[in-house]
Amino acid sequence: MGVAEKITEIIVEQLGVKPEEVVPEASFVDDLGADSLDTVELVMAFEEEFGAEIPDEDAEKLQTVGDAIKYVEEKTSQK
Amino acid sequence: MTAPYRAAITGLGAYLPERILTNAEIEKIVDTTDEWIRTRTGIRERRVAAPEQATSDLALPAAQEAIKNAGLTPQDLDLIIVATTSPDMIFPSASCYLQAKLGATCGAFDLAAACSGFAYALSVAEGFIKSGIYKHVLVVGAETITRFIDWKDRGTCVLFGDGAGAAVISRSMDGHGILASYLGADGNQSEILQIPAGGSRIPPSADSVASGQHYIRMAGPELFKIAVKTMDQAVRKVLAQENLQVSDINCLIPHQANNRILQAVADRLEIPAEKVFINVDRYGNMSSASTVVALYEAVKTGVVKKGDYVVLVAFGGGLTWGASLIKW
Repeated sequence: MGVAEKITEIIVEQLGVKPEEVVPEASFVDDLGADSLDTVELVMAFEEEFGAEIPDEDAEKLQTVGDAIKYVEEKTSQK
Repeated sequence: MTAPYRAAITGLGAYLPERILTNAEIEKIVDTTDEWIRTRTGIRERRVAAPEQATSDLALPAAQEAIKNAGLTPQDLDLIIVATTSPDMIFPSASCYLQAKLGATCGAFDLAAACSGFAYALSVAEGFIKSGIYKHVLVVGAETITRFIDWKDRGTCVLFGDGAGAAVISRSMDGHGILASYLGADGNQSEILQIPAGGSRIPPSADSVASGQHYIRMAGPELFKIAVKTMDQAVRKVLAQENLQVSDINCLIPHQANNRILQAVADRLEIPAEKVFINVDRYGNMSSASTVVALYEAVKTGVVKKGDYVVLVAFGGGLTWGASLIKW
């Protein structure tokens, strides 16, 4: 499973949304109904899944599904 | 250190103020809803101390019950430790007021470790008992934390409640008692959770009152992440000291801050939900009183039984955290 598919799966599970809603331009807060703790839990789930630390200053920039996919792809390719 | 005896909890007590403040009542004070509070925090209601009750007044009935359950009298106590972040006054300590009300004659001091206060105080008491210095130490977690809440801040005012719990710590010769303890802190993260004014940094003034600096300030999302990670680590550390696994735990008693933190900790530890004791729905976050009141209820309702492995874990302002592994 690729990074994008895995991230979609995590978002669907954490936020209880439908897979078809999880498009790259979807904003976690505005489109997918995430609150401040949801976004923290998402970041923690990404960290666990991909074995990478995501510092708070990076996490703040992950506003959309696309941001998260791009970030994790870059982060995991550095390994 | 191998003492011939362990430190064990031989009596527990709790006191919750009569006044119940429901989410429906909070809906009338700030712009929030019962549904939002329940789904975001798991809290349905909390207790609020009567206007004439200070922290030592909540501590007294809890302490009396714990002393009675231990089969002791206040005169038998060698030391009183009150963990609180909302003492009656800046000084004297709440423990001195409690000592007088109990009619005890031993030494008494307060311990400040915010929501981790009871875990810290339990560990200090363990040291006094295992070293042989004292035979009976009274440890109390008591808070009138709702006095320090900004009832205009819907992000924090729904979270907290008042209450008190107490435990008598004595020598145990039969292998039961506290097996391992672990304390942690990170003072670099003090701004995440604090009451800025009222101390020597920002003494009370007309300005400090007007600008709301005597109220609890909390950066919830930042706190959430660190709380979950450190509680997970603290539990694993005390287990490792005794070569035990998470699966050996019969009952986990976590600090009751927010149901979502508890669920996230349980997920990370991979511990079944039925082994995690939860009462945050009825009391909210009672800071240092939370873990000891939860332990009291778990024992009283038979959730914790003789011989069980119990892990108590807490996290709070400081930042501070701590855990204790207890063979009940």
